[in-house]
Amino acid sequence: MTSPLGHYLVVSAALFAIGLAGALIRRNAILVLIGIELMLNAANLNFIAFWRYGKNAEALSGIMFVVFSIAVAAAEAAVGLALIIAIYRHYKTTRVDELTNLKG
Amino acid sequence: MAGVTIGSAIAAMSLRNIVHCALLLTITFSGLAVLYLQLNAQFVAFAQILVYVGAVAILIVFAILLTRGSERTPDASQKKRGLGWGLLVALGTFGVICKAILSSRLLSPNAETAPSAPVKLIGRQLMENYVLPLEIVALLLTAALVGAAVIALQERRRPE
Amino acid sequence: MIEVVDQLWVNLKRMIVDHTPDQFRPLTSILLSIVPIVAVFPGLFALTTLLERKGLGRIQNRYGPNRVGWFGILQPLADGIKMLTKEDIVPRAADSVVHFLAPLVLLVAVLLSFSVLPYGRNMVPIDLDAGLLFFFAVGASTELAVFMAGWSSRNKYSLLGAMRAIAQMISYEVPLVLSAIPVVMLTGTLSVATIVSAQAQFSHGFANWNFFTPWGFAGGILFLIAATAESNRTPFDIPEAESEIIAGYLTEYSGFKYALFFLGEYLGLFALSALGVTLFLGGWSAPFQFLDWFPSWGWFFLKLLGLIFLFIWLRGTLPRLRADQLLRFSWKFMLPLCLINLVTAAVWHYSAQWALSAPFWIRLSIRLLVCLSIIIIPYLLLGTKLNPHVNKRTYRYAA
Repeated sequence: MTSPLGHYLVVSAALFAIGLAGALIRRNAILVLIGIELMLNAANLNFIAFWRYGKNAEALSGIMFVVFSIAVAAAEAAVGLALIIAIYRHYKTTRVDELTNLKG
Repeated sequence: MAGVTIGSAIAAMSLRNIVHCALLLTITFSGLAVLYLQLNAQFVAFAQILVYVGAVAILIVFAILLTRGSERTPDASQKKRGLGWGLLVALGTFGVICKAILSSRLLSPNAETAPSAPVKLIGRQLMENYVLPLEIVALLLTAALVGAAVIALQERRRPE
Repeated sequence: MIEVVDQLWVNLKRMIVDHTPDQFRPLTSILLSIVPIVAVFPGLFALTTLLERKGLGRIQNRYGPNRVGWFGILQPLADGIKMLTKEDIVPRAADSVVHFLAPLVLLVAVLLSFSVLPYGRNMVPIDLDAGLLFFFAVGASTELAVFMAGWSSRNKYSLLGAMRAIAQMISYEVPLVLSAIPVVMLTGTLSVATIVSAQAQFSHGFANWNFFTPWGFAGGILFLIAATAESNRTPFDIPEAESEIIAGYLTEYSGFKYALFFLGEYLGLFALSALGVTLFLGGWSAPFQFLDWFPSWGWFFLKLLGLIFLFIWLRGTLPRLRADQLLRFSWKFMLPLCLINLVTAAVWHYSAQWALSAPFWIRLSIRLLVCLSIIIIPYLLLGTKLNPHVNKRTYRYAA
């Protein structure tokens, strides 16, 4: 069996793949955003796992990165959801395949 | 614990009822917080709960309610767009990353003693080495706050 | 002797844990920390429901419940029996899983937050390095339970009530956390036990509580206001008041689940009061040095009861704020004051090192004057500026 670090990295990769699948498959814009949040979280888990099991843990660079990543992800979720609400108000739909105004 | 997290993530992405998806996403975030606690990163775990479960999940829920996604009956007539290709891409990504992990040299040195990250040290780092990112993130958050409020604001009726 | 009584519970727990075999030790230790909390605080909840009804009754010039038992002391028992035997109605269109889980999520979140409070000297159930952050993180999860309750009832009024409740709770999160930040800033740690022991030192026989400093005074008042809003008490009573949209997010709950919501809400109130006691009123320390003989956990509960009495008093006295008044109060008044409080705390801290050639009392009063003016002048200015300037109401009585 792989080492604990490998275990956490596989979990992170699985979460990333699930988020990616959701962001590509689902039609509702909010679910796409949920997939993106899952991907960001998977990357955070990766950072923390490497901080814990890697060298030079006193520099706390893994934790610092994750703290800023959480802050930025929250800001991005806020702006993304505001955009979805504004689009809904205009087009009365949240399905991404019906928002084809700029197509062709 | 990792199983619970992955299971709820799969369920969050595949359920019909969008509010259930949001609640399962909350469970995923809490599962991730527990994983961070297992990795001895206490500050990050509690910050994750505070920010993601306490703020982002509520934002998502509000957006679902305001766009009335839950009232719409899911139409089973149309297939989800590109179900096969999306799954293929995701599985391919997972496969590639796993192969990279399992064949990597980094797995061998294994630090047995957990490094400690006291909050005081995190604060000191934030103020000494990372003060520029701190200020930039503060500006970014302010810009995001103002931007989100402006975007989602109701348009004032123009006098026609 | 004082030490024995003070550390009574700690020694009792250590004795019991020492006498258990090795493999059960962690389990026993955990259970011995949790069971007293789960036993004492719901008991306090029952006592508080009775105290509240009698207190409100007295404020409103009537007796409270006094039929059941001597002075109504068995009234909580009667209430409990009523709640338990009521029929548990779940609407047919309701989402039964989420409907069932909502009160549980609320209770779990609130009970988790009890685990980082210091109940006495050496009596923190778990002394986390980031204990205060844990408390606020878990407190933020209670809003999700409110949403689950409101949405799963499939009732548009409960949904509206839930959204208003969540809007109120998230807009008062910010002053709540910001008013606790000066404490963290000046104590230098997020660990709750260290915050209390920093306040437990006596200088000139007078305790070092944070409430007796200008920033602590303002911060404490702001914290208490935000705590009343966070636990949905009057004057921020909209989510659960009797005259509001049916009963808000609690409309479709009956019987035991309603009792669980009630319990969760009061336990949240206790947790926030206990945190206020810890941060600003000195936790388990005595106010004066000569009162040090009273056990520390006794002081903690006395102060907790004092704060609960304050909340009951507020409920009986103040009228309810409207939803928009409430939000305006939070964002336009409390948030700037919390930020100015941070500045005041910083000035207080650095003014301790001012090199003035004056006796101690004059230096102290100059510091007090400067810091108080930094916080009181914006308070007065904001108050007059945000006044809605409506004309004074005139009444016409039937002749």
